[in-house]
Amino acid sequence: MRPVIEVSAVRKTYGSIVAVDEVSFEVNDGEIFGLIGPNGAGKTTTMECIEGLRTPDRGTISVLGLDPFNDVYKLQQRIGVQLQQAQLQKRIKVWEAVDLWASLYQKKAIDGERLLEHLGLVDKRNAWFMTLSGGQKQRLFIALALINDPDVVFLDELTTGLDPQARRAIWELVRGIRERGKTVFLTTHLMEEAERLCDRVAIIEHGRIIDIDKPANLVNRHCPERTVVLATDDLSAAERFRTIPRVEAVTCSDSQFTIRGRGDDLVTEVIHCLSENRIRVTDFRTILPNLEDVFLKLTGHSIRD
Amino acid sequence: MMLRGLWKLTWIEIKIFLREPLGAIGTIVIPVVVFLVAGRMVSHGVAPTSLAASNFVSVGLPVLAAVLIAVGAVLSLVTIISIYREGGILKRLRATPLRPHTILTAHVIVKLLLTAATLLLMVLAGKRYYPVGIHIPLLGFTVALLISTCSILSIGFLIASIVPTARFAQPIGAVIMYPMIAVSGLFVPVQSLPPALQAVAKVVPLTYTVSLLEGIWRGDTWWAHKSDVAALAVGFVVCTALSAKVFRWE
Repeated sequence: MRPVIEVSAVRKTYGSIVAVDEVSFEVNDGEIFGLIGPNGAGKTTTMECIEGLRTPDRGTISVLGLDPFNDVYKLQQRIGVQLQQAQLQKRIKVWEAVDLWASLYQKKAIDGERLLEHLGLVDKRNAWFMTLSGGQKQRLFIALALINDPDVVFLDELTTGLDPQARRAIWELVRGIRERGKTVFLTTHLMEEAERLCDRVAIIEHGRIIDIDKPANLVNRHCPERTVVLATDDLSAAERFRTIPRVEAVTCSDSQFTIRGRGDDLVTEVIHCLSENRIRVTDFRTILPNLEDVFLKLTGHSIRD
Repeated sequence: MMLRGLWKLTWIEIKIFLREPLGAIGTIVIPVVVFLVAGRMVSHGVAPTSLAASNFVSVGLPVLAAVLIAVGAVLSLVTIISIYREGGILKRLRATPLRPHTILTAHVIVKLLLTAATLLLMVLAGKRYYPVGIHIPLLGFTVALLISTCSILSIGFLIASIVPTARFAQPIGAVIMYPMIAVSGLFVPVQSLPPALQAVAKVVPLTYTVSLLEGIWRGDTWWAHKSDVAALAVGFVVCTALSAKVFRWE
């Protein structure tokens, strides 16, 4: 099956600033694909080139077999878009926005009332946009992105500025979009969001894609380190831990041991060692690397810097 | 298809405008009140002594009021467009199948309706002060004002393209528009202006607006003002073409 989105060697500059360069990737049908990177890395520029809102200087883009530049109106009929930091008219009512958007598409729009219900906005249908909370605004933007029953949904920094609870609620909604068979393309600078939500991610920095894969594969590939922290009164334990295969370092402070090593088997080996030597432990936890660590490893700095 | 979108957007923009507490009062009520107060002062207080003064009351004042309505509409357009741009509303609308010109046309229609409504209100309110024997070609005057508004709204889009932020929209718009009224021939005939200002007056669409409105108000035929209409049309085409080039959506 042909990928839903194909991006090939795209470059976009603003004056002398190169926003994105040599960006290539594919997004498959029915997946949630995340473009992750710090602010200013080129996420939004890339997304807006794909949506047809910007024209790349070089490279080719195909979405649903359409050229976003030449077929922009055809394309806009089939995609749903949520823009970063977008606003609506301050005094537009929620139902008016949904009603307006529904009137813009050739395809019969899906039932706006049911959509509002699904997104938990029914109570707010007569509220002015300016009176909505951040989470409610984002849910309205999701409603507008879904009103034409699109094949691909674009979500740009969807949960930025939301509290953790609202963020989790939005994640559920995005998973729901995928369950209805849609393809979702999103950008985020939140590694936790990418890890929990995305089937595949592309890491972008300074306008270039560094790596693309499933989050778990990226972690395994770039950060094979595993750490086990445990507490035991058995002072002879340290020696035994050092004999475990692939263990690289064992440190101890008070009765707490930190065992560092590589590979998925490390945790099993540690447990095995504990049981074989009948070492009594009062605490046991593992520290596994995540996308945040992958990013740090690949770029040499934290995504928040 | 797009007509449905245009109609929906226009209707929503009208409703939004009426919900704006200062918007409706500022652009509809204030011109009417100014007109009434001026009319009252003139009819009760200073009796027009000279021919020029009397001419100003019978023709200049209504035309001034009409021009103020049009300029008010333009300033309001500039403000709204820049607020919409700053808030990303224009960009959000553009990321739909709505054509860019449909989005802007909706705003032009709202402003034209607003202009017509304000004019109507003013005529109804002003009847008390202009009752005697003056035959006003109201329909023609309304059409003339709408043509003029259309033409200067296209300058509004040019101004909206250059204002850096929404905060500067109103002052920059005012700084550009109000001097145009000064040289438009409304207060001082264009012929009496210094040569430099006469040259300016020739390229300012408000000059033709004033000439057209005064003529139609006096009862001239449209044919007599074909050059005014042509000048306004040229201004419209030029400014629209220019703003299509330089207009910024974000």
